[in-house]
Amino acid sequence: MTQPIGGLPPVAQPQLYLDGVSRSFDGFKAINNLSLVIEHGELRAVIGPNGAGKTTMMDIITGKTRPDTGQVLWEQTVDLTRLDEAATARLGIGRKFQKPTVFESHTVQDNLTLALKADRSPWATLFRRGSAPERSRIDELLALTRLGDHRFRLAGALSHGQKQWLEIGMLLAQEPRLLLVDEPAAGMTDAETMLTADLLKSIAGERSVIVVEHDMEFVRALGCKVTVLHQGAVLAEGRLDAVSAMPDVIEVYLGR
Amino acid sequence: MIDRRMGIFLAGLFVLAVVVPVGNLALAGQPVPTYLVALIGKYLCYALLAVALDLVWGYCGILSLGHGAFFALGGYAMGMYLMREIGDRGVYANPSVPDFMVFIGWKELPWYWWGFDHFALAAAMVVIAPGLLAFVFGWFAFRSRVTGVYLSIITQAMTYALMLAFFRNDMGFGGNNGLTDFKDILGFDLAQPATKVGLMVLSALALAGGLVLARWVTGSRLGKVLVCVRDAESRTRFLGYRVEHYKLFIFTLSAMMAGVAGALYVPQVGIINPSEFSPANSIEIVIWVALGGRGTLVGAALGAIVVAAAKTVLTGALPEAWLYALGALFILVTLVLPTGVVGALEDTLSRLRGTPPRKEAKA
Repeated sequence: MTQPIGGLPPVAQPQLYLDGVSRSFDGFKAINNLSLVIEHGELRAVIGPNGAGKTTMMDIITGKTRPDTGQVLWEQTVDLTRLDEAATARLGIGRKFQKPTVFESHTVQDNLTLALKADRSPWATLFRRGSAPERSRIDELLALTRLGDHRFRLAGALSHGQKQWLEIGMLLAQEPRLLLVDEPAAGMTDAETMLTADLLKSIAGERSVIVVEHDMEFVRALGCKVTVLHQGAVLAEGRLDAVSAMPDVIEVYLGR
Repeated sequence: MIDRRMGIFLAGLFVLAVVVPVGNLALAGQPVPTYLVALIGKYLCYALLAVALDLVWGYCGILSLGHGAFFALGGYAMGMYLMREIGDRGVYANPSVPDFMVFIGWKELPWYWWGFDHFALAAAMVVIAPGLLAFVFGWFAFRSRVTGVYLSIITQAMTYALMLAFFRNDMGFGGNNGLTDFKDILGFDLAQPATKVGLMVLSALALAGGLVLARWVTGSRLGKVLVCVRDAESRTRFLGYRVEHYKLFIFTLSAMMAGVAGALYVPQVGIINPSEFSPANSIEIVIWVALGGRGTLVGAALGAIVVAAAKTVLTGALPEAWLYALGALFILVTLVLPTGVVGALEDTLSRLRGTPPRKEAKA
């Protein structure tokens, strides 16, 4: 529908399209003329120093924050700037936070059940009972996240790493078409980090994934296109090797 | 669906609903005096009100400091019917308007009193009036994402504003005297012990019904979403749940339950006046729930009964000590038993059995 503008190469069918997005808080430009295109099934890593606008970018995509100017289009038709968090989640945008947030006073199974893609209206949830397909889907997710033995434990009693996995399981239960993942490797052991990278790589293709990360080893393991954010705008984009050789990027990352 | 703690409580309620009528009406020497029947009935209404508050506070984290308003509105709807039941038996013997309207010179019933001579309409208004107020209030508050202490403050302001409004004579609700001098309900003389027993049994039934309904709602998937909202509201939104709709649902349901409690309370105490809207009343409800155990339903009901009974005894014996005792109790429980009496009891029991204790509800 819309021809991309602002110097970006045209993409056949972008899943997500941000153009000229700006947002300031009390005069501070958290996002400054940001443009980004994510294709269907793409895996993208977004890196950048603290305050580069990574979290604000995700807040804008998920409808938590409204941009001052600019366009955010979902599958070329839906204007995401008009939607709230619940509406973007229902469209198929799943978000994982840096600090694992699971529902601590519910069991692992209930956490997954509540995340399953289904009618989210109060009326529907008041009368819904568990079904056989639902149970088998939960079994699959428990196997995938290796939480099968913890099914009936309260999520609050899980270890940090297990909570991360549970949250990833909840994201998958939503059957999102785009996943926004904020520092998934934070607080994980090296082995867990590599497993997480493998998992994200296997998810991409079927779904689009945007990973925000600090850990360069992790980004390298993802082996995907990298976008470097700086002061709310895209500083560089490309393969990690190419990007990390750029003088601008080195300056931003290593100080001036 | 009904767990052990609720089973025990419902059994106790059943025994009460049998023993009190028999002791008052059937046994020689009347071991249960009539004043006690009405007192127990009053406590049961308080218990239902506490269950209503526990639904929103214990399960959804909405600390309402204005639940007394919903209770009072249900009470006023019932009071209006009882006033119309008096008919021409009032002091002024005016069949078309209640005494207090004659006194302020009103010749005709205002429109909002129309139809209250029909019990069915009054009974419907008992749930509609508080439900509608909760819905409209909640619609604006939850949609603008007012939460936490700010929400508590505006619920408090709501009940305070209603109190001031109902104090005014030209509101048409009897001003500061409220509605009183009731004669009968559905033809039954309110002064008769049998009527009082009937109302007390009805209150017990309403409490049992309220508990079972609350248990069903909180046990459903919707109930689990409510707990999600209580513990991690933002996360719940990102899962695609429209948090404000869930809050609106439970807040309205809870207000309706509070309205029923108020409607049963009024014929048993014989009066409803604007002091029921006072902020202190609403805060007392919170204390009942906190003492009994928030998020336990049964604990809320027990807390209401125990504190209200203690209030009756203490205000009789040491009137000046009551408020200090209530304050001390509240501080003590908050510090020592954060999960309330029922929560602490169950944690101790499960620890003795070697199973992990229930996770403490977050504020």
